[in-house]
Amino acid sequence: MNIVVCVKYVPDAQADRGFDESDLTTNRESVDGLLSELDEYAVEEALKIAEAGEGEVTVVTIGPDKAADAVKKALQMGADKGVHISDEAIRGSDAFATSLLLAKAIEKIGAPDLVITGMASTDGTMGVVPAMLAERLGLPQVTFASELTVDGDGVTIRRDGDTASETIIAKLPALVSVTDQINEPRYPSFKGIMAAKKKPVETWSLADLGVDAGAVGAAGAYTKVLSVTKRPPREQGQIVTDEGDGGSKLADFLASRKFI
Amino acid sequence: MTAVPPALDLAGLDDLFTADELAIRDSVRELCRRRIDPYVADWFERGEVDDIRGLARELGSLGLLGMHLQGYGCAGTSCVDYGLACLELEASDSGVRSLVSVQGSLAMYAIWRFGSEEHKQHWLPQMAAGEAIGCFGLTEPDHGSDPGSMRTRARRDGADWVLTGRKMWITNGSIADVAVVWAQTDEGIRGFVVPTSTDGFSAPLIKHKLSLRASVTSELVLDEVRLPADAMLPEVRGLKGPLSCLSEARYGIVWGSLGAARSSLASALTYSIEREQFGKPIAGFQLTQQKLAEMYLEYSKGLLLAVHLGRRKDAGTVTPEQISLGKLNNIRAALEICRTARTILGANGISLEFPVIRHMNNLESVLTYEGTVEMHTLVIGQALTGLPAFR
Repeated sequence: MNIVVCVKYVPDAQADRGFDESDLTTNRESVDGLLSELDEYAVEEALKIAEAGEGEVTVVTIGPDKAADAVKKALQMGADKGVHISDEAIRGSDAFATSLLLAKAIEKIGAPDLVITGMASTDGTMGVVPAMLAERLGLPQVTFASELTVDGDGVTIRRDGDTASETIIAKLPALVSVTDQINEPRYPSFKGIMAAKKKPVETWSLADLGVDAGAVGAAGAYTKVLSVTKRPPREQGQIVTDEGDGGSKLADFLASRKFI
Repeated sequence: MTAVPPALDLAGLDDLFTADELAIRDSVRELCRRRIDPYVADWFERGEVDDIRGLARELGSLGLLGMHLQGYGCAGTSCVDYGLACLELEASDSGVRSLVSVQGSLAMYAIWRFGSEEHKQHWLPQMAAGEAIGCFGLTEPDHGSDPGSMRTRARRDGADWVLTGRKMWITNGSIADVAVVWAQTDEGIRGFVVPTSTDGFSAPLIKHKLSLRASVTSELVLDEVRLPADAMLPEVRGLKGPLSCLSEARYGIVWGSLGAARSSLASALTYSIEREQFGKPIAGFQLTQQKLAEMYLEYSKGLLLAVHLGRRKDAGTVTPEQISLGKLNNIRAALEICRTARTILGANGISLEFPVIRHMNNLESVLTYEGTVEMHTLVIGQALTGLPAFR
């Protein structure tokens, strides 16, 4: 089974993140970057499937030079090879262009049996790339999986909603996006860290993918960030006085936030 | 992963490490975060590590056990990698770092460096995996800094060796599958690989400790322990055998002690910003800031020395005297940092709800084991003057 995992290099979510004032893109200079935490679940799931049988895991990312670190982390975890799509013209790309580049890269890698992605990035958090990518590749899109099994020529996932869990099946090849409930990602062993140094990583430009510069970047974007506003300071919590109905008020609050 | 407040790298010392070294550090930090930190205060309080064999296997599967040794299932990392791992482990607890140090730097290193090919093939892969646990018997009840006077004796009986004697303060002793034991023979001090299942071997637990409580410490009793001829470590004779193993372990302490210091410093820093007295955070008072600044200075200088010794060790140029410098400086600095952190936490400083008193008590052991402050001072004195002052 050949699996492609799409991963993103993002600013560390625990640091103080912001936007570049000139073009309102993500500021990558002031904050250390890393493999998006939500993509670690995708890498882990791919490795588990590959380890259970015969298989090869290829990791793809798009981003500036430093984005190679996201591929490297996945290789340290155990993926077999990596592809890094990097080109000056890509800066400012939106989800449409991202899905186009990923689709072209996956076609160039060669038709995989399974494409796995995270549920969203931890910076943009749009969560639309998996669906767009599936559409471009002509694959069934099986999204938000909190459980994934591969059997024979199909996949079965569980998707947990607020009120019900769905079981969804699809034929391979397919694209699956996974949630942070699906597994506990491994951390790289020392042997993994050392082995990753020898694993192949290819860097592809727009020309390698046959994509025109006008189709990507800020120029080719269908969406544009017009303004950004700082998150308002956290509001003071609500104090509930227990007049015999504290329990039900608490339960109502939790239900309104869909915690219960 | 930013488990450590960015302020704790004020000097930018992370620049001294490669991306792969930092990856090793991150993995150790993650193991500690998941597997040790939530439980270690409880282990310390009860004086017992839950499922210590399971923990050893997890340490082994990451690659921590004998990590800087080459071959035989060992990870084969650099010495700087090993140092960073010791620092992270000891930021969790000196007892867990001691388990790893004794396994890798003492028991495994002795077999790897001085053992026969059969010893290595048999023991090292299972020890690297954490399936087998090792201990190292040098110190005796009446012989600590002066191991050359040890009473434990190995005598020939036909082709066999028969060991008799007692070893004291032996980390991992009661849970060990194999003990590397040093004994007097007619041909000087020799090392022996002793399976702990051998008749006559016992390892009672040492109780009533107020330090390293999340660590197994034992006495080894050797009562006519009969071993085959090939149990002896063939490649070394004399005190230089055990002393070179100790040099390995001391190197780990140069880094490890800074972990306990960093954890205490981080705890004191956070506490001082949150704790208000006289209407403002105590971090805003000059006396507290002086303490924090002094702690950070000593921590940074200790780390610079550790990196320097690590690079020398990787280049094969480090000397035992240089490791003495590192151990003496860093353990003293680390203990002082923990004690100062304790004062910043006030009464909370003595509670196991915070890591500080645990680190502080642990370091009282680390101050003494693997060469006391006094002995390392004399090593440096001899190196400077050419005059030994040991006796």
